[in-house]
Amino acid sequence: MQDVENIVNGQKLFLKPEYQEVLKNKKQFEGAMGAVNPAKVEEVAEWTKTWEYREKNLAREAITVNPAKACQPLGAIMVGLGIENTMPYVHGSHGCVAYFRSYFTRHFKEPTPCVSDSMSESAAVFGGLANMKDGLRNCNAMYKPEHISVSTTCMAEVIGDDLNAFITGAREDAEGELDDLPITYAHTPSFVGSHITGYDNMMKSTLEQLNPERSEKVVEEGRINIIPGFEPYLGSLAEVKEISKMFSDKIHMIGDHEAQWNTGAGSYSLYAGGTPLDIVKTAINAESTISLQKYSTVQTAKTIKNKWKQGYETCNPIGLAGTDAFVMKLAELTGKEVPEELKAQRGQLVDAMQDSYPYMHGKKFAIYGDPDFLLGLVSFIVEMGGIPTHVLCHNAPRKGWEDDMKAIIAKSQWAEDCQIWPGKDLWHLRSLLFTEPVDFMIGNVYGKELYRDTGTPLIRIGFPIFDRHHLHRYSMSGYKGALNLLTWITNAVLDQLDEETKDIAKTDYFFDCVR
Amino acid sequence: MGPETLEALQQEAIAEVLEVYPAKAAKNRAKHLGVDAPEGVKGACDKTRSNKQTVPGVMSQRGCAYAGSKGVVWGPIKDMIHISHGPVGCGQYSRAGRRNYYIGTTGVDTFVTMNFTTDFTEKDIVFGGDKKLKKALEEIDELFPLNNGISIQSECPIGLIGDDISAVAKVHKKESSKPTVAVSCEGFRGVSQSLGHHIANDMIRDEVMPDAAARADFESTDYDVSIIGDYNIGGDAWATRILLEEIGLRVIAQWSGDASYKELAVAPKAKLNLLHCYRSMNYISRHMEQEFGIPWMEYNFFGPTKTTESLRKIAAFFDESIQKKAEEVIAKYTAMTDAVIAKFKPKLEGKQVMLYVGGLRPRHVIGAYEDLGMEVIGTGYEFAHGDDYKRTKEDIARSTLIYDDVNEYELEKFVKKLKPDLVAAGVKEKYVFQKMGLPFRQMHSWDYSGPYHGYDAFAVFAKDMDLAMNSPVWNHTKAPWEKEEVGA
Repeated sequence: MQDVENIVNGQKLFLKPEYQEVLKNKKQFEGAMGAVNPAKVEEVAEWTKTWEYREKNLAREAITVNPAKACQPLGAIMVGLGIENTMPYVHGSHGCVAYFRSYFTRHFKEPTPCVSDSMSESAAVFGGLANMKDGLRNCNAMYKPEHISVSTTCMAEVIGDDLNAFITGAREDAEGELDDLPITYAHTPSFVGSHITGYDNMMKSTLEQLNPERSEKVVEEGRINIIPGFEPYLGSLAEVKEISKMFSDKIHMIGDHEAQWNTGAGSYSLYAGGTPLDIVKTAINAESTISLQKYSTVQTAKTIKNKWKQGYETCNPIGLAGTDAFVMKLAELTGKEVPEELKAQRGQLVDAMQDSYPYMHGKKFAIYGDPDFLLGLVSFIVEMGGIPTHVLCHNAPRKGWEDDMKAIIAKSQWAEDCQIWPGKDLWHLRSLLFTEPVDFMIGNVYGKELYRDTGTPLIRIGFPIFDRHHLHRYSMSGYKGALNLLTWITNAVLDQLDEETKDIAKTDYFFDCVR
Repeated sequence: MGPETLEALQQEAIAEVLEVYPAKAAKNRAKHLGVDAPEGVKGACDKTRSNKQTVPGVMSQRGCAYAGSKGVVWGPIKDMIHISHGPVGCGQYSRAGRRNYYIGTTGVDTFVTMNFTTDFTEKDIVFGGDKKLKKALEEIDELFPLNNGISIQSECPIGLIGDDISAVAKVHKKESSKPTVAVSCEGFRGVSQSLGHHIANDMIRDEVMPDAAARADFESTDYDVSIIGDYNIGGDAWATRILLEEIGLRVIAQWSGDASYKELAVAPKAKLNLLHCYRSMNYISRHMEQEFGIPWMEYNFFGPTKTTESLRKIAAFFDESIQKKAEEVIAKYTAMTDAVIAKFKPKLEGKQVMLYVGGLRPRHVIGAYEDLGMEVIGTGYEFAHGDDYKRTKEDIARSTLIYDDVNEYELEKFVKKLKPDLVAAGVKEKYVFQKMGLPFRQMHSWDYSGPYHGYDAFAVFAKDMDLAMNSPVWNHTKAPWEKEEVGA
């Protein structure tokens, strides 16, 4: 029973003897194939750690276990939330939107506005036109957006709803209410690609639809677009803007969702920050565009390069070399020298890397996540002398990514010890960790169970992270971002060293106060 | 605030939110909103329209049928593997989000927090996914030999492309000799997660209940009961179980938090079904009553008043020995809960609360707040039916704003108008209200605390509400240089 002077929640309550008894008693009713047999569980658990199991596991063709990716509309919503006063609108069931909103909210610890038009059986039979007619009007009346950004779900895609026709139909029926409201749209079927594909589709469509092609090209001298890609680190957006500002005030981030997921206490308003609509509408006039995530913007790149005939660059400003390339690209495009402040930051970063390298040098890492995230992170690990033993990318694009990753790994003195795993999930990673162990894992919250199973410490960098607070507020881009990565990783190595040396009079030599 | 002022405010709040809608939507929403009072003759609880299509284009907090079946009913069954059949998203977004606690070796004999999906690609949509599903089932049995069955939870495209998942399941069941259940809980079915509960219950009825072999060696006692509709959020069902066992009953099955297939299969041997979440599990309780003659009883284990009332009601079903033990147990815990109330009530008395949750909580938790002297002035359900609102009427203690399928816009307006001291709702709402400087508790997951069911759990509840209401952080919302009111 609870002690009123020391009330405990479930964490400690269920450890009390009376509850342990309850849990023990319950066991007699469990286990459909006879009583639960601890020896059998142990035997199978051990088998799952073997090379034999690994081979069966890697041979899987049909079932995916613990994926490291999400579906298209999630990325599409991020694009919408990066534009000022924009309401993301999902054409489909509200169940999907409840999931998208919860997912983002759990990561950012912030509200996530997004509506749906609540399609159900009748829409499955007759199509979702009626839902869209009511939905756009209701959304406009209640949330007063300046722009609506429409994406689809797998349901709408399977029944073949045509967004262009539907939106036109909805406008015609709306008694003028929607006449002046820009409504952009993209088809984002959940059974194609992943959340980064959705980001790409929505970004491309938004840019195309808000920037109609003109007969004559208008170019604003010195104007540069920066597209961040599917970026879960708000600090990275801030850092990239900060660096850009050092070069020119004509550099605009297109799809800037930093403020939307970083509002202060005191009051709540639905929309916060974002790229001004006028900037998005004139993005075509820029001299060039820099994408910070090559594989989140494959289709977008085609529009900008081929239709807009704009200069198009990809830079991945994660780690030292990535940031160097980004900074030099800005210097080249703006015709300016690298500012003293950035030079100082670079010096400080390299100094810090030289201070900390012994703790990362030769350490083995398993890293998983989105394609562009991995290109940046692995590059940094290699710069520090770490070994990216397993690089796992569930949503690796079919073209290009593996070669890009190989080129980065080739720079490592341990290149032969590194393996790239495109299209594999986290249950595959479990086998890899048991058979070819590493010192540390780097990835999102779902590595937590792998940590429990394999004992490999997890350094939480990636998306989503639900169980640790406020990491998304930091940057992993730019020199300052690289310093954050260095700090997180080095100190995780030191935490582990303390953990292994903390036993008094047993292992506590090397339990040092100075490092 | 007097009852008349409160009711006037509540009526005004409804009028104000309806103003912004286009005519058609306003007409629809008006039927879902109202005010009721305990003495109300025909109040909102009797009239509120519910279980209807959500108005398109708003931020509803509702989920879908898949969420109801996979997320609520089937997903927590720990020794079975539940496949999210279709594209990758649904399984990923619902992975490990609900705190259905269990004891087991995850990945070996227990699978609740994992995500198994057939991860549909365009090819599967075009050519159908049945072959892939069949292969997936075989791979699962090879890699997870200690699974005690598989359920196939359909996502939207499955029904739309016309896959015959029941046929695939039937073949696999025969070949593997393990339960294999195809659940057609596509997200577009129905208007909320509620239909998913019903569909899930129907499949338990059709695929689990007939499995007499699984209960053949079961030895009955006169005191066998099942806990139905407890998802063991934060360990709720364990905190419930201990009380039932202390009064002399034997809990033979726990549905479906920390449940195993066998517990579902032996449930027809119970002498009484104890139903906590009426909305999600009334269907199977009715079925067991008809098919096996097992009576069922609703109970409420939130707060000492309701827990005591419920324990007496449960004991009254059995003989005097149970009734005697129940009184002893009640007396034993009452001393503790009285002390909890004495400790926290002075800090919470008179504070007003607005609720918005699903299942049973919009009514069941009212008593627990009342025990602490707090007043619930607004409540509503994400996915209730008319009978839920009728049951709510019995629990309200004062003029109460009733809102069915309230959307983000309406809830924000209602809260600004009624200015409660605490909002208790879900994660999507949490940060909206916290930003306004309002204490908030996430009442789907107990905000990562709990349990909240039973006497011991009431102490946790009281402590958590005190933590929410009396944290110094709320005093920092307004900067020292600000004069105007914050949160408007």
